[in-house]
Amino acid sequence: MFHLILFLFFGAICVAGAVNLLVQSHPINSALSLVVVMASLAAEYLLLGAEFVAAVQVIVYAGAIMVLFLITIMLLNAGKEERTKSSRVATLLGVPAVMIGAVLVAWTLLHRSNMQTPVHIGALPGNVQDIARLLFHDFLLPFEVTSVLILIAIMGAVVLASRPEAVDRGARKDG
Amino acid sequence: MSITTFIIISIIKSVAVVGILLTAVAYSVWLERKVSAHIQNRWGPTRVGPFGLLQPLADGVKFIFKEDLTQPHVYKPLYIAAPILAVVFAITSISVIPFGNWVDLGPWGTYLQITDLNIGLLVVLGITSMGVYGIALAGWSSNNKYSLLGGLRASAQMISYEVSLGLSLVGVLIMAGSLSLREIVDSQGGVFWHFIPRWNIFHGQTLAFFIYLISAYAETNRTPFDLPEAESELVAGYHTEYSAMKFAMFFMAEYANMVTVSCVATLLFLGGWHGPIFGPPILQAVMPVFWFCLKVFFFMFLYVWVRWTLPRFRYDQLMAFGWKVLLPLAMANIVYTALVVALRAQHR
Repeated sequence: MFHLILFLFFGAICVAGAVNLLVQSHPINSALSLVVVMASLAAEYLLLGAEFVAAVQVIVYAGAIMVLFLITIMLLNAGKEERTKSSRVATLLGVPAVMIGAVLVAWTLLHRSNMQTPVHIGALPGNVQDIARLLFHDFLLPFEVTSVLILIAIMGAVVLASRPEAVDRGARKDG
Repeated sequence: MSITTFIIISIIKSVAVVGILLTAVAYSVWLERKVSAHIQNRWGPTRVGPFGLLQPLADGVKFIFKEDLTQPHVYKPLYIAAPILAVVFAITSISVIPFGNWVDLGPWGTYLQITDLNIGLLVVLGITSMGVYGIALAGWSSNNKYSLLGGLRASAQMISYEVSLGLSLVGVLIMAGSLSLREIVDSQGGVFWHFIPRWNIFHGQTLAFFIYLISAYAETNRTPFDLPEAESELVAGYHTEYSAMKFAMFFMAEYANMVTVSCVATLLFLGGWHGPIFGPPILQAVMPVFWFCLKVFFFMFLYVWVRWTLPRFRYDQLMAFGWKVLLPLAMANIVYTALVVALRAQHR
């Protein structure tokens, strides 16, 4: 019972943060709303018994990635977003389309019978040992392939970010 | 234990721990002023109480009565939220730190710890990683060049050193096989050759200990890594525009973070509350907490000692040191520890 109340509470905060993200006109406020969404998602994971995923969610997403977002916004000194009157087509077609989509998702979820049983803490594999076994034993190959992909992405970013003249200068200094 | 007793005991523990933490923070400031004074051949605070011991109280009263300026050019919501965020995150992380063993109080008993989580260490890391928001937002919302530069430096520095800080702890986790701070401490009981304690710092994790210590200094923005508030170039960095209690909150956050970092170093590398225990039963009950506090005090003293001994790094040196020296060393330590643990498991 208490779990359910907490779950609904954090769910409400999560949705409110997401709505606020869209409503705010200043990028810093939007980024901070996204932090709230990430943190409340972490609380939801914790309530579902996935403690490790919850901690990683906070450390990686709320603590590292969003800080980088914030640094970028600060460095670019992005100003307030300018409001325009949205086109009539978007209002007429967009709003009903979003509502239909939401109803479809809710209907599908409610008609899957196994979705309705409540989940208790410890019912699903969520602790560190379980996740380690999954990552480093059952799914070792996909895990390692992903890490190679990320490495390639990092190297690509370094190549794109370094200007050719800077590389030349570095080479001359070394040689 | 019924739910009511549990709640009452938890509230008592939380109030006591936060009270002790805030007192420790106040007296760390006193310690810093006193030790720095003696290093520079001065006396430091002497007028308020014996040895200036009531100075933190006088400072607190002064901070409350100072004029609380809010410049017209700041972005007000975040300007007010930033010091609150900084101090809240700094104090929250103490909630999973264990101070000692099980205490028996007749019908009830409790661990000397607000709560024991089996992901305790990750909680500490997560909350510390959120602490950067206070500083970054203070720098941005002040709408001032020096503050912005300080805030940007702080966020870049904390993200960079968080990587080597996190990786330096992995070796300890491999040896303990758990993320619970209590289990990590329990795994360090006993002695080698009858006199060397089996603490992780003497048990193959010496390199990791020094990597952790250096990264922790950078994480808490202390000298030699105090570039976010380097007075010679940035006035006061991210808290240039803050005055009165708002400034004091940043100050409290910095010292509370130092206490937490010292507690984690004690728990992970110096065996927590393990130490020689002797004497009558009542003394034996208190000794573990005494050893824990002594080790934390050692780290706090080291913080002050280093601050008044070493000069400040240059910014590019700071980044190069973090990414090119500490990070590879931390990774090498993980590989070495994992190999040793795996080979030992095979021999058994």
